[in-house]
Amino acid sequence: MSKPYATNSSDPLDALLAVTRNAAEGNAIRDTIVSDIYRLSRSICKEAVTYEDRRKLASAYKLDKWVTSRIWGFPIMLAILGAVFWITIAGANVPSAWIASMFGVVEGYLTAGFQAVNAPDWLHGILVLGFFRGTSWVVSVMLPPMAIFFPVFALLENFGYLPRVAFNMDRLFKKSGGHGKQALTMSMGFGCNAAAILSTRIIESPRERMLAILTNNFVPCNGRWPTLILLSSLFMATGAVGGWHTLTTALIVMGMVLIGIVVTLAVSWALSKTALRGVPTHYTLELPPYRRPQFWKTILIASKDKSWSVLKRAVVVAAPAGVLTWILGNITVGNDSILGHMAAFFDPFAQLIGLDGYILMAFILGLPANEIVLPILLMGYLSSGAMVDADGIDNIKEIFLQHGWTWLTALNMMLFSLLHYPCGTTLFNIYKETKSVKWTVLSAVIPLAIAIAVTFVTAQVIRALGWV
Amino acid sequence: MSTSSIPLSDAATGSQICLDRIEVQGVLRRRLLDLGFVPGNIVEVVQKSPLGDPIAFRVNHTMIALRKEESSLIFGEYVGGDSL
Amino acid sequence: MRTYTIALAGNPNTGKSTLFNTLTGLRQHTGNWAGKTVLMAEGEFTYGKSAFRMIDLPGTYSLYSNSADEEVARDYIIFEQPDVTIVVLDATSLERNLNLALQVLEMTSRVVVCVNLIDEAKKRGVRIDLQMISKRLGVPCVAISARNKIGIDALMEQVEKVASGEISPEPVQIPYSKEIEEKVKELQPIIAQTLGTRFPTRWIALRLLDGDEGLLKSLRERMQEPTVPVKRERIGHEQTICH
Repeated sequence: MSKPYATNSSDPLDALLAVTRNAAEGNAIRDTIVSDIYRLSRSICKEAVTYEDRRKLASAYKLDKWVTSRIWGFPIMLAILGAVFWITIAGANVPSAWIASMFGVVEGYLTAGFQAVNAPDWLHGILVLGFFRGTSWVVSVMLPPMAIFFPVFALLENFGYLPRVAFNMDRLFKKSGGHGKQALTMSMGFGCNAAAILSTRIIESPRERMLAILTNNFVPCNGRWPTLILLSSLFMATGAVGGWHTLTTALIVMGMVLIGIVVTLAVSWALSKTALRGVPTHYTLELPPYRRPQFWKTILIASKDKSWSVLKRAVVVAAPAGVLTWILGNITVGNDSILGHMAAFFDPFAQLIGLDGYILMAFILGLPANEIVLPILLMGYLSSGAMVDADGIDNIKEIFLQHGWTWLTALNMMLFSLLHYPCGTTLFNIYKETKSVKWTVLSAVIPLAIAIAVTFVTAQVIRALGWV
Repeated sequence: MSTSSIPLSDAATGSQICLDRIEVQGVLRRRLLDLGFVPGNIVEVVQKSPLGDPIAFRVNHTMIALRKEESSLIFGEYVGGDSL
Repeated sequence: MRTYTIALAGNPNTGKSTLFNTLTGLRQHTGNWAGKTVLMAEGEFTYGKSAFRMIDLPGTYSLYSNSADEEVARDYIIFEQPDVTIVVLDATSLERNLNLALQVLEMTSRVVVCVNLIDEAKKRGVRIDLQMISKRLGVPCVAISARNKIGIDALMEQVEKVASGEISPEPVQIPYSKEIEEKVKELQPIIAQTLGTRFPTRWIALRLLDGDEGLLKSLRERMQEPTVPVKRERIGHEQTICH
């Protein structure tokens, strides 16, 4: 290939630039160019496109009269959010229990097999009670809700609803100094905060992008949904029975999401008044026409993709964590296991914020992935003596109650899970995207400080009022 | 310059506005031109967000939402439409 | 068997990704392009007798350097010179979408215009005279519905013809005001002298008149290492819920 330009320097370009700068006077040329292009497209359209009825064309937007209306906009948004959670919780209960008991049966066979070949106790402990149990808990607790939540969410997305959420909420983000597209990156966070960090690239202004990065953690990701759902179902919605129980659980989870949104706005506001000062940049948002999603195809693809990634993460992250937790829980130093010593160390502080040493330790060990916080906690509890056969949801509650849980413990664990630092993968992505140790550290420290403050106040107030 | 020209942000919902000037510079001007906010084009004011801002406009059969900061700098004349 | 490169350009929300998924199936991965913070999906497939590598450019409203997305899409078409560029248009808002198609036609003649969502348009009472559009634009024009897999064969037939050189389209030249046309004529020979004719001189003249300094930067980078292919950084394919 000929390279007529691959010469000595870039001088010719500078010369060229000088010539054109002379030729182009001012800004008007761009307007003329675009207007001329539009004139041509308009003339082509005039010849080639006929509209039977312009009103019919506008009918793709008919729903906006309600969905973005002054009166119904926000109620519809909340109703949809609540409905998504309700479907998820109602649909996941049975398969979760079913998968858990299936794993329980398999575990029984595995144990029998290990005994039959006279395998040493420690091997059975690591492989079955650590590796297998850790993995199976993550799968049974996480897989069903995620396999329902994400297809439903994908349907909403393909339908064209998410831009409407951004449209409805834009004023709030503007007031808090953020970018309108922050609502979109937050929606991504529902799936995975780490992926959402990459999605903040759609925000061009570095300042507003940093706000979106730093606050994305306050949107619960798929690693934290199951914790929120499980705890609110076990401890918060106890007064209600049957269908009401599911509904109350859904409302509580929704409340958590709303708290997350309020904290997002508050932190954005505070940062944009201090470390990330600046004016909101311009923004244009297209509201695409509503389109009926391909129902089954969307559901199949979304649940297949999600199930696969949940399974993969279960094996990659949860399995080693299960092994590690089992080892820590079974090596005794003095009169207690290492795990017990660690929990005892954290306990005094944890009690101040309404948690206990095991919970705090589970969050710390769970840094690589939020999915494993709950399994680590359960294994921690189990290794500390109270051997319960935990193959059902009710038994999980038994374990918690035996360790002195109240609804305050559950509430504060939910709040801590919602607010605390992002997972290791997300932090790694934040570092990759910002190339700044300072902001990466801040993106963990700010949420942690908020989580501690909120749980501390909650615990102290509720105890002072004598509610627990 | 026309005296009856009003900023898009002041136009009533449902009205149709023929654009005559865009007082924005830089990247946003280019973006607006690309989206069809071109002088001579007709824009319909479709819907205000529940909190009053932004406002959605129909331009070239697409729906574009703009904040007050931007729409107050785009001017045009009322040419019709059914104001509600 | 030769592998042709296809770039997929279009406005956001035109079903570009749907077409990409329909054609490439699961053989795709996402990559970072040339160190820019823009993700592009890439996939391979065979159709008929030919193999294709398809790049899903970021969805943009135009191809001027207003944003990183637009710069990446523009640089790909200009510098990588794909064998065919498919411009995906939304049949329900052709006017704005044609705007982008016309910009692509200024950059390359190897274009197939693809009017997507044709079933949606029909439902909404929009009739489109494809032959007229094809005649006015000077390139093949095919109506499809990517989600319902309508018209994909016809599209690929045209793509293959353009890729193999069986047809070489002669795209319409956008007429500008006299003043601009004069300046363009003035600049074209100087550009040809400086850069050669590998790049469309008319288009470069227009961009330079427009004060597009981003393009100059890109040109400068290419001039310094003219033969080194674009570096590509692979990043892990994350599961995302918003494509």
